[in-house]
Amino acid sequence: MEAAIAGIGATEFSKESGRSELRLAAEAVLAALADAGLDPSDVDGMVTFTQDSNQEISVAKEIGAGDLTFFSRVHYGGGAACGTVMHAAMAVATGMADTVVCYRAFNERSGRRFGQPDARLGGEPSSQGLEMSWHVPYGLMTPAAWVAMFAQRYMHTTGATSEDFGRVAVAMRRHASTNPAAWFHQRPITLAEHQESRWIVEPLHLLDCCQESDGAVAVVVTTAERARDLRQAPALITAAAQGAGAGQMMMTSYYRDGMDGLPEISVVGRRLWEMSGLGPSDIQTAILYDHFTPFVLMQLEELGFCGRGEARSYIQDGGIELGGRLPVNPHGGQLGEAYIHGMNGIAEAVRQVRGSSVNQVPGVHNVLVTAGTGVPTSGLILSAA
Amino acid sequence: MTSDELLELADKQIAMGELRGSPSDDPVNAPMIRHWLDAMGNRNPLFLDKGLAPPSMAQVWTMSGVKRGKDPSPVDDLLKALDAHGYTGVVATNCEHTYHRYVRVGERLTPGTRFTSLAGPKKTAMGEGYFATWNVTWYDEDSEPVAEMMFRVLKFRPRVRREPYPLKPAVNRDTAFFWEGVRQGELRIQRCSSCGSLRHPPGPVCPSCHSTEQGYVVACGEGTVYSYVVHHHPPVPGKETPFVVAVVELPEGVRIVGNIVDCPVEAVGIGMSLRVTYRPMDDELILPMWAPRET
Ligand SMILES: [Zn+2]
Repeated sequence: MEAAIAGIGATEFSKESGRSELRLAAEAVLAALADAGLDPSDVDGMVTFTQDSNQEISVAKEIGAGDLTFFSRVHYGGGAACGTVMHAAMAVATGMADTVVCYRAFNERSGRRFGQPDARLGGEPSSQGLEMSWHVPYGLMTPAAWVAMFAQRYMHTTGATSEDFGRVAVAMRRHASTNPAAWFHQRPITLAEHQESRWIVEPLHLLDCCQESDGAVAVVVTTAERARDLRQAPALITAAAQGAGAGQMMMTSYYRDGMDGLPEISVVGRRLWEMSGLGPSDIQTAILYDHFTPFVLMQLEELGFCGRGEARSYIQDGGIELGGRLPVNPHGGQLGEAYIHGMNGIAEAVRQVRGSSVNQVPGVHNVLVTAGTGVPTSGLILSAA
Repeated sequence: MTSDELLELADKQIAMGELRGSPSDDPVNAPMIRHWLDAMGNRNPLFLDKGLAPPSMAQVWTMSGVKRGKDPSPVDDLLKALDAHGYTGVVATNCEHTYHRYVRVGERLTPGTRFTSLAGPKKTAMGEGYFATWNVTWYDEDSEPVAEMMFRVLKFRPRVRREPYPLKPAVNRDTAFFWEGVRQGELRIQRCSSCGSLRHPPGPVCPSCHSTEQGYVVACGEGTVYSYVVHHHPPVPGKETPFVVAVVELPEGVRIVGNIVDCPVEAVGIGMSLRVTYRPMDDELILPMWAPRET
């Protein structure tokens, strides 16, 4: 693909930003443009999540952008993250725009919290409301609960335990502990602490669930050719894909298969490997969406880093920690750094490609990135030029 | 006590026939007649002039005082039984008097009470209830009846208006058959009228043959736990934590989500046998849920 990420920007990650979501979006976008060495007047395209509360035109107005020739939104919660970059890459590759900004900004901790039950979920006779209506009346209505239903089945068929899930949390908190931008900077946890943390929805403990954050992240996508002349070394978009599986539902695909895998990530993985000509052994570090620990294990299997049911042994003995066989989320992921709906992971992938991360993995050529799982999702492979 | 038992008690009370009470403490007297006429706004001078009591005063003469024990009556046991079974509300529905003659000042009356009927349970605007009817006859000192009263009350179970359950499903024309089935105590699975495929959750178009003609079959009501969660946190409106939600696999070949009830949380496991049960959530919504199947 002829596109690259030329700039990244973010606000600080907090529990209460004290600012409007629009201001957070504008700050992150301006930071990303400055990082790329571009001017707001260069921006002619914008992409965000359907869930974002900041209109593209509102952000464009705040940063003083000129005319827009491309704007688009990606649906399905955190599954949109890599999809925004894919839409932007398609726009620059087809000449629909030259400089496209992707952003996500929210006060998810101090404002609307996604983990809280919302009785309106099942109230509307839209296709999504009707889908929710098979679950919400029974109180099955939080992301943790939706994911826990898969996790229970996964444990049953693979023999994975709560401690296996805990190893993911321990790895992420270890990475975050040496990342000054992370909320959990200098606050690692032990497996025992994971086991002792209270139940949220069995089989998930509190420390299986990622934190909630206020903040914003933006990235600038332009053509690979133009990116080479800009301030930063480009992160080439070697492959990008969206994916939904047959019989997919928003987060409750309980009716289609064994419930011990993530077919939508398999769709994305297949496309990424085909498009890039790469395979798992070509990836030096991966950014795997870690809203809940069990789905990190299932992603490792779906993407082919290990076989079915083998993730629990793959992650043992620090397998996904810095220095392990595949360092996952060197920034600490959403469990450790911040929950910015996956966009902070894309920024970390760019830093790894540039060689500028505080937790730099040696010799990075290709980084695989995924977006929210259990929902229609997306993925990227970013590469050094 | 079932409704049959209440009706049996009623038959017993009817069979007791009339129970005579004690003669009135005071004879029919002018001061009471004067108060009555005054209170009723009756200006007819004939009553006091001739020493006659208005017939509608019949009950007045034998009414027991607040602090004195009442005479036994065949009605009391039945009203107590109705109270005990939740029919605590009461409203008088009928009162008919029959008069045989005027009563004179100086006479002493004696009441006799017989229970005559119990009808119910009946659905009424006040709630479900029973109509209880009895008769009181007032006798003079020669045991001749002077007045009679038929009295009927509705003893009802006060309708508790439930709080509306906050987690309502959205229902549209593609899914209405399912919720209609639940109201009738049926677990309905969508069945394509063209190719026969079963499908849950249902939808408007058969994914196999694209037919839009959709019918349903009624599931046998059994299932097994395919997966489940125990919800602890955060609190969910309308639910008490911890509660269990399961993906239930039906022998018909589809899965459905529901709560597991009547079972300790620790006893739930994958593969557990279940049977459907229907739970009213408020005045309108019934949800199919799952209880352990007796072996
Ligand atoms: Zn069909």
